[in-house]
Amino acid sequence: MSTSDGKFGRYGGQYVPEALMPAIEELEEAYERYVLENGDGFMDEFRQRLRDFGGRPTPTQYAERLSERYGRDVYMKREDLVHGGAHKLNNALGQVLLAKYMGKERIIAETGAGQHGTATAMACAHLDFDCEVYMGERDINRQRSNVFRMKINGAEVTPVTVGRGTLKEAISETMRDWATNVEDTHYVIGSVVGPHPFPAMVRDFQSVISEEAREQMRERAGTLPDSVLACAGGGSNTMGAFAEFVDDEDVGLYAVEAGGSSLAVDEENGVAPNSASLSTGGEGVLHGARTKLLQDRDGQIMESHSVSSGLDYAGVGPELAYLVDGGRVTPVTVDDDAALEAFHRLSRMEGVIPALETAHAFAYLEENHEDLGETVLVNVSGRGDKDLESVIEETEKRGIENAPDMSMFSGGLR
Amino acid sequence: MSRIPEAFANGPAFIPYLAVGDPDYESSLAYVEALERGGADIIELGLPFSEPVAEGPTIQNAVVRALEGGMTPTRFFEFVEELDVDVPLVCMTYYNLIYRYGDEDANRPRAFVERAAEVGLDGFVVPDLPAEEADPLREACDEFDLDLVFIVAPTTEGERLERIMEQVSGYVYVQARLGVTGARSDVSAQTDESLARLDDWDVPKAVGFGIKTGDHAERIVAGGADGIIVGSALVDIVAEGHENGDSAEAVADRLETKARELSEGASRGFAQRPPHPERT
Repeated sequence: MSTSDGKFGRYGGQYVPEALMPAIEELEEAYERYVLENGDGFMDEFRQRLRDFGGRPTPTQYAERLSERYGRDVYMKREDLVHGGAHKLNNALGQVLLAKYMGKERIIAETGAGQHGTATAMACAHLDFDCEVYMGERDINRQRSNVFRMKINGAEVTPVTVGRGTLKEAISETMRDWATNVEDTHYVIGSVVGPHPFPAMVRDFQSVISEEAREQMRERAGTLPDSVLACAGGGSNTMGAFAEFVDDEDVGLYAVEAGGSSLAVDEENGVAPNSASLSTGGEGVLHGARTKLLQDRDGQIMESHSVSSGLDYAGVGPELAYLVDGGRVTPVTVDDDAALEAFHRLSRMEGVIPALETAHAFAYLEENHEDLGETVLVNVSGRGDKDLESVIEETEKRGIENAPDMSMFSGGLR
Repeated sequence: MSRIPEAFANGPAFIPYLAVGDPDYESSLAYVEALERGGADIIELGLPFSEPVAEGPTIQNAVVRALEGGMTPTRFFEFVEELDVDVPLVCMTYYNLIYRYGDEDANRPRAFVERAAEVGLDGFVVPDLPAEEADPLREACDEFDLDLVFIVAPTTEGERLERIMEQVSGYVYVQARLGVTGARSDVSAQTDESLARLDDWDVPKAVGFGIKTGDHAERIVAGGADGIIVGSALVDIVAEGHENGDSAEAVADRLETKARELSEGASRGFAQRPPHPERT
């Protein structure tokens, strides 16, 4: 769905400090001119760079053993095979290229699990931009390999120590940088969140996922899938995987959120032990948009939780909130343990080590395959190399049953 | 009826800011009252929000202290009711708290504004609410005769200026430089330029962001500002007192002294101003 006024029903909008509004308006114009109208051949160059630098198209692979296990056809859209190992490059490359068309000189970004930061750092090296990435201190410790990758690609990684040191704080900090340096700097937002035009623009850059998958499913399976599953944190791989299927009313769309350790909420301490803002959040305004948020009764934003730092965020894209309200997208949840089990299952059965984010979608498939129809498409949003340290630690700590013996790695991989 | 226009009637307005509840409810009451003794003409009361994206580290930390001290919108309104000061009060907060106030069936954001009017607030500054999204709050403010102050940034030009001019009431908050809040050792040259752009607005122009000393205040008012807004330089005093374990009385005294320095600086600046062509 397109948005002419920056709104998706009651969601979306532009709730940012006044200093940023001119930059947002400038971006809106650039989005319309270059992305929507292919001005100066922007989209042609973007598509070509996605092919040559990004390695697109990615395959839609038939998952033989999972199909056998569940008695239905399971397909995997392999975004883990995009350069850098995640769908994040689609958007980062699009925005950094757009910044170049706009004549900006500097790129800033925030990152949770580090995949977006890595993709942005790679796109900046590729297109010759200075790049600064804000990352929560806690996430830096959870995702060291991506921190290395960003630095190797020439990015400066700035730790954010306020609050709990995760994505929410990193986004706030990047907005502060942007408000200070708005005249020459573009903020590459990493998901379908933030003020208009970011949610629509990021969706457009990511919709290459469902565009390819739709065509590949027709070729491979001769039919569209009955269901599409994608994990949902901020929601960029989700919207990317859903966008071209939204009008196919017969295709069920499932946004799989991080149920964390529980769906209950600790109002007293302002803590949600999950990151399921579509399933349990309330309407509010955060980081530039009206959307569904994890918040207490006063409107203070809660600390979210997920074993996967890529899903650990208290908000979600406004378009997803809109599609959920309208019944087009079904929000579902999977807890930390089920995600870890699915991580090991997919690695063992298909030889695909998924990102912990992605593992949530496969966990939902395991538990609910009977309700998903004959043909199921799961979006493999990224690969799991970045998560190995967390997986080893969490697997041991929780005694995940289907995991291999990890005792030889006790004390981590360091 | 908002009392804000009176505050600009006789010379420049000194508008200090503090985060309410920083570091605790009782001390905060004493601190705000000290600002009035020091010469505040209007006081901006910060209602702490967990994601203060427009604030620099000084006010971010104040917000964390206040939230940890148990400050909530409900407590904030009690605070305003209990406050013993006689100057106009402006609530500075982020839109989500205004939007979420009240029970499930509440008429939002009207419920917040109604309560604000009830406890005697005079207006709002909402840093993440640009003019484009402000209609619902504007309507509620009109209904209860409260002012809605907007920020004009150094980047605000052309049509955006006009859009803000249509919406603003009370005073316009002129952001002296790009970036987030925080005290600085000099005053930005962008200020004069910003003020010049607003020259034909008939709403008072109060300059904020980075003002730290009486000399800054003097220079800015001499340059044409109708008021000065000072936050971080005062919050710094609260933070230092908190870190050193000083008594609330001692901190309040320091706040009063600093307020007086700033207020007197503004008055000196006003004395140097050439008469405004349209006001003579």
